[in-house]
Amino acid sequence: MPATLFDKIWDPHVVADLGAGWSLLYCDRVLVHDLSGGRALQEVGEAGYAVARPELVFATPDHAVSSAPGRTSETFPTGAKLLAGLRRRAAETGVRLFDLGQDGNGIVHVMGPELGIVLPGTTLVCGDSHTCTNGGVGALAFGIGASELKHVLATQTLPQRKPKRMRVRFEGSAPEGVTPKDMILAAIGRFGAASGTGYAVEYAGSAVRALSVEGRLTLCNLSIEMGAKIGMVAPDETTIEWLKGRDFAPKGAAWEAAVAAWHALPSDEDAVFDRDLLIDMRDIAPQITWGTSPEQVLPITGNVPDPADAPDAEKRGAWEAALAYMGLTPGAPIIGTKVDWVFIGSCTNSRIEDLRAAAAVLRGRHVASHVTAWVVPGSERVKHAAEAEGLDAAFREAGFEWREPGCALCVAANGEAVPPGARCVSTSNRNFVGRQGTGARTHLASPAMAAAAAIAGAIADVRHFAA
Amino acid sequence: MDKFTRVSGAAAPMLRANVDTDVIIPIQRLVGTGRTGLGPYAFERMRYNKDGSDNPDFVLNLPQYRDSPILLAGPNFGCGSSREGAVWALMGMGFRAVLAPSFGDIFFNNCFQNGMLPIVLPEEVIGRIAAETEAAQGARHTVVDLARQVVVTPEGAEIPFAVDARKKEALLEGLDDIALTLRFKDRIDGWYAADRAARPWAWESVER
Repeated sequence: MPATLFDKIWDPHVVADLGAGWSLLYCDRVLVHDLSGGRALQEVGEAGYAVARPELVFATPDHAVSSAPGRTSETFPTGAKLLAGLRRRAAETGVRLFDLGQDGNGIVHVMGPELGIVLPGTTLVCGDSHTCTNGGVGALAFGIGASELKHVLATQTLPQRKPKRMRVRFEGSAPEGVTPKDMILAAIGRFGAASGTGYAVEYAGSAVRALSVEGRLTLCNLSIEMGAKIGMVAPDETTIEWLKGRDFAPKGAAWEAAVAAWHALPSDEDAVFDRDLLIDMRDIAPQITWGTSPEQVLPITGNVPDPADAPDAEKRGAWEAALAYMGLTPGAPIIGTKVDWVFIGSCTNSRIEDLRAAAAVLRGRHVASHVTAWVVPGSERVKHAAEAEGLDAAFREAGFEWREPGCALCVAANGEAVPPGARCVSTSNRNFVGRQGTGARTHLASPAMAAAAAIAGAIADVRHFAA
Repeated sequence: MDKFTRVSGAAAPMLRANVDTDVIIPIQRLVGTGRTGLGPYAFERMRYNKDGSDNPDFVLNLPQYRDSPILLAGPNFGCGSSREGAVWALMGMGFRAVLAPSFGDIFFNNCFQNGMLPIVLPEEVIGRIAAETEAAQGARHTVVDLARQVVVTPEGAEIPFAVDARKKEALLEGLDDIALTLRFKDRIDGWYAADRAARPWAWESVER
């Protein structure tokens, strides 16, 4: 029977059929972070259980740590308590911790693939909705809440219902200025923020095959903004080459066995998807969001929508509320909208390729004087790799602040925030009301688009900034 | 976990689409706090004026909905972040059931973990309950009866709803998921032993 990539990972991980459509699913890896990890480990013990398989659990502080240059774990005092808890519980339970400033530390969905903790064909969970990012290497990865995290730590399994299967194919080659971020934003804009609810999404097609692993991680990262807990890209030679030699990737004979197993993972030619969608790459231009849901997105050449043109009353109300919050004029071109902040970072777009793409736009240019521009590398390794290439200097010379790894302004849980009313072009994943700070106005875009906005001091078309 | 059997009260309408978990509870309220005490911060960016006073235009501040145990919501309610604090905050406000045309997947699961019942109903049914409630200015109650799997509208119509059989049992009995799963301990260990032999590559490099 033909099977999809998703089935080929899900089915062998079913420990028991629980009836009524439920399966007990084995979780090969668990990632925990400072916001909920310490407490989850503590609660397992308080409930009278032990951490089932501490060697399969990996911890990193990222959410509530300062990104300020020269930061320590004490710089953000509220976060310091969380980190202290994570350190204590990780030590007690024997969980590996990649502590602040240490090699391997970083945003949980950056460091996981980077260290080879997450592998093709494995299952991974984490108490963070962007766990879907890790599907970019061909893993089955999804985000869970605090109670499910406690459950998986105590049992190494989770009762789950099998989601339906969806495929989104991107065919053709990327037009100028179009990055993986633009691909996925365009898909969310076209199909809607709830279009993936109840599905595991596989991204396929020639344009996906052409992407680097970093690009595939970005693509999968926004699956949850389409409603899908799971996003995946089939492993191929690009994946295998990228993973080889990483810290927790298999070695020697085990590596050879792994590669053989991974070659069998891609969806069979005649595999059937419950929903199959197609996007022609020629239809995608660089994207920018205008509203407070990722589905409220435009090509950079577009105009701010007019609620009068909304398809129904519910959408009209949503558009009006979004426009009021964002301070935008219906019908006006989005390009040229004045920007106060630019943030390059997050589990979406903080990897080395993202930083290279932004730096390429910045070279020989300078950030507009009224713009505060931050770049927050995704991990210690990304930071050091970027510094070795001189990217930090390129950012600094252009007027960006070069900061320390963490989630920072994507989630504003670390005492850092975009001020009320300020407009920020951000490479992160959510433009929700208040996400980057109370009253902050977020426009999601690719790293190159963010760099272009920083230079122009306004929302700009990266294609006018060719290196 | 809290049991859920039957709740009754005025159903509060907040019917906009895509209400995300950042809107339900800002992350700053979840940094270093526990599961309790979050009720005052639920929807805080809509619920309060800048000076901290109640925003009289926010629907959940209307007197008839202040103690409502049932929230009527729009499509894709609870989308976004996996923060379980969104459920804790809603429960802290007194809600025990949310009725919506669709939910964010992770939020939907998180509800069941805490004795909160999320129910998927067609948009027009939710609109009808909202209209009937509003017509009676909140004086007529909606009933959510899990055992019978019906919602009784303010005017007395019985609307059946679907609920996952496993989740229904867990809610009615207040069962502990972990204890239930550990009944399969032998099979979990057996699965691992077999997989360790079949896929050594998945395990060797993380073993100590």
